[in-house]
Amino acid sequence: MPPGIDVRGLSLRYAGETVFSGLRLSLPAAEISVLLGPSGAGKTSLLRIIAGLEPADAGSVTATDGAPLAGRISYMAQQDLLVPWASATQNVTLGARLRGQAPDAPRAAALLAQVGLAHRATARPATLSGGERQRVALARTLYEDRPVVLMDEPFSALDAITRVRMQDLAAKLLAGRTVLLITHDPFEACRLGHSFAILAGSPAVVSAPVRLPGVPPRAPDEDGILHLQGELLRQLALGQAA
Amino acid sequence: MRPFVTLAGFIVLWWAITAFSSVPPFMLPSPVAVARVFVAQAPYLAVNAGVTLGEILLGLLAGTLLGGLAALGIAASPALQRWLWPILVLSQAIPVFALAPLLVLWLGFGIGSKVAMAVLVIFFPITANFLDGLRRTAPGWLDLARTMDGSKLRILLHLRLPAALPAFGSGLRVATAIAPIGAVLGEWVGASSGLGYVMINANARIQTPLMFAALLLLAAMTITLYVLADWTIRRVLVWVPGG
Repeated sequence: MPPGIDVRGLSLRYAGETVFSGLRLSLPAAEISVLLGPSGAGKTSLLRIIAGLEPADAGSVTATDGAPLAGRISYMAQQDLLVPWASATQNVTLGARLRGQAPDAPRAAALLAQVGLAHRATARPATLSGGERQRVALARTLYEDRPVVLMDEPFSALDAITRVRMQDLAAKLLAGRTVLLITHDPFEACRLGHSFAILAGSPAVVSAPVRLPGVPPRAPDEDGILHLQGELLRQLALGQAA
Repeated sequence: MRPFVTLAGFIVLWWAITAFSSVPPFMLPSPVAVARVFVAQAPYLAVNAGVTLGEILLGLLAGTLLGGLAALGIAASPALQRWLWPILVLSQAIPVFALAPLLVLWLGFGIGSKVAMAVLVIFFPITANFLDGLRRTAPGWLDLARTMDGSKLRILLHLRLPAALPAFGSGLRVATAIAPIGAVLGEWVGASSGLGYVMINANARIQTPLMFAALLLLAAMTITLYVLADWTIRRVLVWVPGG
């Protein structure tokens, strides 16, 4: 069982402005928590702090099992961050090389097969489509096999159809891990989240999380999804106006 | 095709100036005279071109290795950067031409002083370009590497180094084009063979056609080296759009 994550009293100031202050957020174990919000609300900063890439000015990020978080988080960004000189397989096993471990080729091959790219294992990123590249990035994230996965708008650069497919794939393959997914797309939140919360305002605050019925990935035409999505969009638009 | 048309046009123009103007042949020999020297002195020119080519290649090899290692060292260690970088910049403030006599005095009339000159000329472009590349790794990649718990040294070798190869390639192109300057400069100051030596000798004896032949040979050699280096760099860096 992966740990949940507790964010307590988190404060961040940037260029003299308070981005957020005393922020609280709980990510339930083995669930996909979605954080929605307008651009500039500090979603990415929050994610980077949880990932340990940036220090906060105050507050704590802890695992619910009490053990340190370092080494238990992997991170998937909006850009696929594939290195152009390496094949798809070598990109999947990049982490192993950076840690001085022998790359596990059979496992990399299995993961590429899971994301449907067994036939492109030796291809360089430049020859892959945007969707294929993001699938390699997903395989690379899974290769790290961390219990906690942080995703920063990983599908936002994809076209609508590819995005729906990636969402299905990600929900299937990330099941059982504690996931924080940042997005500005209410549709994505409704399809992928066990729950969602909204980060908005200046300084930003997190809304009370809303639990979604059923298990992700929800079908794009599932009852209630469209309604909920519309409702969310309205809320977000209102928040932006205020 | 176009370079050859340009070249042919240039030779025709050159010939026309020698044929229809009053410029004396010892100042500007005709292309025909130069061609005759090429044929008559072919073995002599070939041997000396070989010497210069050897100096250039050795200088390129040593300069690229030293420059590459210096850039890697500076990128890996802030302490090394504080100590080494000012020395590198300072070394560029001393004109290589002024150092040439000293190098010949220290390293002799042989190949050593010429290789050293070539190394001095190309070291900085290699180091500066490569270091620039090493310092400009995409921040996203570095973030990713940190979440993967990569060690500093391995991030340098597996991520920053390959990412900097295009910049290294730019440095290598410049180095290939200017390495002959160092070698020939060394030969001018003191040598017993090489194209620079041929030129200085021919100049002293007003054998202008021979001087021109040596000069053209040197230019052809430099261009060939550059084209070869450029082709190799493109072949190796297949992932870089436009080479």
